[in-house]
Amino acid sequence: MSLINHHLTDALLMAYSAGTLPEAFSLVVATHISMCDECRARAGSFDSVGGQLLDSASGEALSDDALAATLRLIGGAAPEPRAPSTRRAPSTFPLPLQDYVGGDVDAVRWKRLGGGVRQMILPSSSDASVRLLYIPGGAAVPDHGHRGTELTLVLQGAFRDETDRFGVGDIEVATEDLEHKPVAEPGVACICLAATDAPLKFNSMIPRMLQPLFRI
Amino acid sequence: MNITGKTDAQGALGAYSATHHVCVRVPGKVQLTKKDESASPQWAAEILAIRDRQDQVAFARLFQHFAPRIKGFLMKSGTPADVAEDCAQEVMATVWRKAALFDPSRASASTWIFTIARNKRIDVVRRERRPEPEDLPWGPEAETDQEDALALEQENERLSKAISALPEKQRNLIQRAYFGDLSHRELAEETGLPLGTIKSRIRLALDRLRHEMK
Ligand SMILES: [Zn+2]
Repeated sequence: MSLINHHLTDALLMAYSAGTLPEAFSLVVATHISMCDECRARAGSFDSVGGQLLDSASGEALSDDALAATLRLIGGAAPEPRAPSTRRAPSTFPLPLQDYVGGDVDAVRWKRLGGGVRQMILPSSSDASVRLLYIPGGAAVPDHGHRGTELTLVLQGAFRDETDRFGVGDIEVATEDLEHKPVAEPGVACICLAATDAPLKFNSMIPRMLQPLFRI
Repeated sequence: MNITGKTDAQGALGAYSATHHVCVRVPGKVQLTKKDESASPQWAAEILAIRDRQDQVAFARLFQHFAPRIKGFLMKSGTPADVAEDCAQEVMATVWRKAALFDPSRASASTWIFTIARNKRIDVVRRERRPEPEDLPWGPEAETDQEDALALEQENERLSKAISALPEKQRNLIQRAYFGDLSHRELAEETGLPLGTIKSRIRLALDRLRHEMK
């Protein structure tokens, strides 16, 4: 956990806390926070901002029987007891990601992209997309630039690009000005969770033609 | 007041210690030397009373304070009044049902209630799923440290004052961000909010939890 060097930005954490991020980005943020106590604490501090804004918000009067109606919703039930915490078997994917995949890494239904690279697109709202990427050790992810923002979170292995090395738990936040060429480190395959709020533009002809086919 | 745009822990800590002398740190422990008289009532106690005794009077006090604010908050986020009213009632019902999940050493009462209201807005207004981080396991010590909870509450008091002391334009931006008027692309990388101490405090609580789970 202390090995994480690349974290979420304040803008992403604030938008996640405010509840305004596209679902695809929220999944990457929630997965990183599951792996990173530093960002969990930072997210908590942004939630505190929301709490203070709520506390100082001007109230709107409720209907006269609002409290009674709420008590009817509760229906006399006691507060739910806290579920006993059980130690979970170690996994490659944190729980929020497992919810979207339907299990851990062995449950992924990979689709081949060529060159040993595979992906699985995960369901999310249409304002952004999110997918799992499998890049064999030593292989390059197709060269691409960005419109919009792209988040790449490493779940297994590591990749390098022009900027730095990214290992398990590290997140790269790339904006339009970054034209990069990530390459998986030799050895174990690199598995990443990647979200973007714009279709990636590929620099070579063939991947561009394949784009509609694979929804890259 | 730290309005220089510094958000790193050191910068904000420095800015805090220059202007406030409420907390004195001794190794490994937080000591309160003075209780802030203007501190808001401890809503945390109300939530714990609901958890422990199903205290309806405590719930009514909590409801009176928070339900109109939740409704106002949702209306400012563009929710129609009748939907906002229903949501406020459902949020308060969730506060009752989930009272056992409230941990005052990691979030103040208003912070915790804010997160429930925010999730309700995503669910009802945006009709989207909200991926949430994996829960940390609860330590064997179910009771949180009173001093930690009080210290966090005081940090929230200060944060509140810091927000109201921000220049109008900046405060406006932050409000718009939380009311859902700004996308993540429109947010500045430097928020200018002095969040260093509050983050450090939550981090301490997380570290202790991790330690207890070893
Ligand atoms: Zn992090």
